[in-house]
Amino acid sequence: MEQVKCECGHVNPHGTVFCESCGKPLEEDTSKKLLDMRYEGSARRSQTYNKTIIDKIWNFFSSVKVGVWLIVITLVASAIGTIFPQEMYIPPNVSPAEYYKDQYGWAGKLYYELGFNNLYGSWWYMLLIASIGVSLVICSLDRVIPLYRALQKQGVTRHPTFLQRQRLFSASQVADENRVFSQMKERLIKRRYHVREENGNILAEKGRFSRWGPYVNHIGLIIFLIGAMLRFVPGMYVDKVLWIREGETKEIPGTGGKYFLKNEKFIFEVYEKGKDNEVFNAAIDRVGNGTVAKTYQTNVVLYKRVGPIVPGEEPKLKKVKEYNIRVNEPLKYDHYALYQVDFKMNEPNKMAFNLIDKATNQSFGTVTVDLHNPQSSYNLGNGYRVELLSYFPDFYFDDDGNPATKSKIPNNPAFVFKMITPDKPKGEVSFVAIRQTIEPFGNNKYKMAFAGLDTRNVSGLTVRRDFTLWILGIGGVIFMIGLIQGMYWNHRRIWLQRVNGEVWLAAHTNKNWFGLKNEMKHIIEGTGLAMPIDQAEVEKKAAQGGDRNGATK
Amino acid sequence: MAQLSSTLLYIAFILYLIGTFFFGGAIRDKKEKPSTNRWSMLGIVITIVGFVSQLGYFITRWIAAGHAPVSNLFEFTTFFGMMLVGAFIIIYFIYKISVLGLFTLPVALLVIAYASMFPREITPLIPALQSDWLHIHVTTAAAGEAILAVSFAAGLIYLIRVVDQSKPSKRTFWLEVIMFCLITTLGFVAVSTAFSLADYEAKFTWVDKNKQQAEVVYDMPALVGPHKGTLEKESADRFEPLVHMPAIINAKKLNTVIWSLIGGTVLYLLLRLVLRKRIAAALQPLVKHVNLDLTDEISYRAVAIGFPVFTLGALIFAMIWAQIAWTRFWGWDPKEVWALITWLFYAAFLHLRLSRGWHGEKSAWLAVIGFAIIMFNLVAVNLVIAGLHSYAGS
Ligand code: HEM
Repeated sequence: MEQVKCECGHVNPHGTVFCESCGKPLEEDTSKKLLDMRYEGSARRSQTYNKTIIDKIWNFFSSVKVGVWLIVITLVASAIGTIFPQEMYIPPNVSPAEYYKDQYGWAGKLYYELGFNNLYGSWWYMLLIASIGVSLVICSLDRVIPLYRALQKQGVTRHPTFLQRQRLFSASQVADENRVFSQMKERLIKRRYHVREENGNILAEKGRFSRWGPYVNHIGLIIFLIGAMLRFVPGMYVDKVLWIREGETKEIPGTGGKYFLKNEKFIFEVYEKGKDNEVFNAAIDRVGNGTVAKTYQTNVVLYKRVGPIVPGEEPKLKKVKEYNIRVNEPLKYDHYALYQVDFKMNEPNKMAFNLIDKATNQSFGTVTVDLHNPQSSYNLGNGYRVELLSYFPDFYFDDDGNPATKSKIPNNPAFVFKMITPDKPKGEVSFVAIRQTIEPFGNNKYKMAFAGLDTRNVSGLTVRRDFTLWILGIGGVIFMIGLIQGMYWNHRRIWLQRVNGEVWLAAHTNKNWFGLKNEMKHIIEGTGLAMPIDQAEVEKKAAQGGDRNGATK
Repeated sequence: MAQLSSTLLYIAFILYLIGTFFFGGAIRDKKEKPSTNRWSMLGIVITIVGFVSQLGYFITRWIAAGHAPVSNLFEFTTFFGMMLVGAFIIIYFIYKISVLGLFTLPVALLVIAYASMFPREITPLIPALQSDWLHIHVTTAAAGEAILAVSFAAGLIYLIRVVDQSKPSKRTFWLEVIMFCLITTLGFVAVSTAFSLADYEAKFTWVDKNKQQAEVVYDMPALVGPHKGTLEKESADRFEPLVHMPAIINAKKLNTVIWSLIGGTVLYLLLRLVLRKRIAAALQPLVKHVNLDLTDEISYRAVAIGFPVFTLGALIFAMIWAQIAWTRFWGWDPKEVWALITWLFYAAFLHLRLSRGWHGEKSAWLAVIGFAIIMFNLVAVNLVIAGLHSYAGS
């Protein structure tokens, strides 16, 4: 590879703009007065090679212009996704195609047809995010290595043109150069500059580490993106739903039969006037007393299975812990977390009926049907018996007018009973649903009279295990560190050099010039050195020719 | 306690208003340098006293409610206004320019006045909000947004100073659009206050999108009525809507928007009539002495300081809380997405500025757009695109 030797003796890699050590411009380009200091004039791969296809891809992704376009496109796409609700937020029991059309008319239909209903999971959105990731890696590599080299190699004594072409520059004549230098050195050190001396010249530097800020934050972002991708690796991520009734013990899904949960009680509370802090009264009045939720809580017991899994056998359980799961207070154990997310109040649990004689209202005993596990026959003694011929937990009449059930959940239980009594040994058949009784074979003598309903609350829990969280956490922390490092500190350098009997002073910072200028003012006060002139401002003023309206570059 | 709290907020509001006039005086004073004259000294002192008073509002309300007062739209928006003043105070002590006060304080006043139009009662916390992360997340996010908003104020000063008002152009047009939006906020406040003082109320029955009968109470005359809405008996003498909206449109909110636009337009036209020039042109003399490079730097510096705070509050803390409360750290809820959009926007801003040299006027326009995005998230996403986050804004 071709290398460039500077007159100061330093050998620079091909593509270097000005010498890494002394700062003399290598490719003479006098059109720009000020040096572009952003990457210390270092040789960046993307600026140097453009031959092979790899060069081209590299150059594409290392361009900030491309990076910004990717960010802007992602931004616009994300905004489009919020015009109508995403599919995950629409009611689960309707067809999305119809939902969007019904709710939002032709616009909704178009939205659905373009696939915006699932925008954030679409291949092209993922591709955008992935491109940002690739761009981050390449642009960072393209810059950080040469920048690191250049900052390591920089010499103290600079070529005079380097100083002259800094944004802040002044040349002064002073009576006693040595006194000025020692005075300056002392002050710079006091201001926490790291001062290097060579041939009587000074380079004072502070906050160099802030130059690595962008790269550190980009690394954080990449780690975060990798973490987000790992979610799709099987086993990294568990997301299950567990509906559990009061009193019930169930295997926790997603734990491979290792853990069981018992729901002791579900508690739902609302804010009530008189009971809660009275400053809330006005707000409670406005929306209605008893409508603002206060607590959703499931009191649970967590069990662990002991011994091996034997199919068909009741598991042996050992109690692990008791906990009250609330919103914002999930139960955590062994990387699993159980969250309170949903509930159903008063689900029918047991229903009781009295077998009575319709004429006399005399009762011959009570039948209690467990709605989740009904018996097929109930013996009331003395020759009275009730058989359960059919059971429809979630009863409705189907298209043919026959009774059927929508689900196994006893939302609307209905029964076909056969009542066997000493005087009707063949039995009478009765269809019993809530608030209705049908006697399909003519008038019966006996009746199953409703005698009570026992309900339970059901708690809806989400089971989560997410092994990607710690990676995301690390990514986030690194990102924040990099951000703070780059944004709240800046890299300031001050050069002080003896040139032809004058003292030349130049300064550079990567941001916050206002702060640097202020600091310079304090440092040179009383030394006899001239305050450096902001050559960028001078240039701009000259370009404007005094026109106050054209102040942009 | 709750009473004391409201009083303190009221005092803060008045003090900010007085502070604004002092900063105005500071630039008119020709004898002394505007940064150090007596006017600006008094201006900043009054602003600080106002800030302390608002801090008092915040603390007393916290004590009264038992939770941080950032749990509904009124509380959050007022807090945002307070942070805006706080951010201004900090930046003022770095750069000492009075004209920034003249622009930031009115924005803060508008924000607080806007907030006061929403139900102001202390609301109890629903289960999802019962967490320390409520105040950790919301306060940091608001602080970040407020610091970013200072960048808007500086950008606006830059634009008013730099846009050539001698002939109409695209730039003068968009600058007037910004002015109009600010004035429309004032229009909203004026119209809401007027109708609420008049105790206007009109009750409608209407048919919602699930074809259910429902009731809605308008507190402004209904220019646009709800779907198949009819006035109820007790409101029979109230204004009849000119048109009725389809069921998917929230006609009440739309009605409020229309009234605000009318109020804003009337105010804007009156101002134009009195001033006989564009609003931005009328403001130009106020900023004629500002140092453009310094203003540009302030605008950028505010982004540099605010971006990390915003990231921490609105994304990182938000994700941590979402993981605890909603079982997942990210769910593409509209409010989350708009926080992401804001973040991406400012990331683009920083890259354009650093690597593509977008300084000065371009950067100032970007600062304005950034603020528009923040306001969109604060106003429209809460009121229009209702997601999990939406505080019951009515
Ligand atoms: C959303 C994603 C991104 C975020 C949040 C981000 C964040 C940042 C931040 C905060 C800075 C420092 C800016 C400053 O100091 O003013 C920075 C610098 C930079 N970023 Fe990004 N960035 C992102 C994506 C990208 C992409 C996709 C590219 C690829 C082209 C890129 C290239 C750069 C470069 C070249 C710098 C300048 C480094 C320097 O000059 O020292 N960034 N980034």
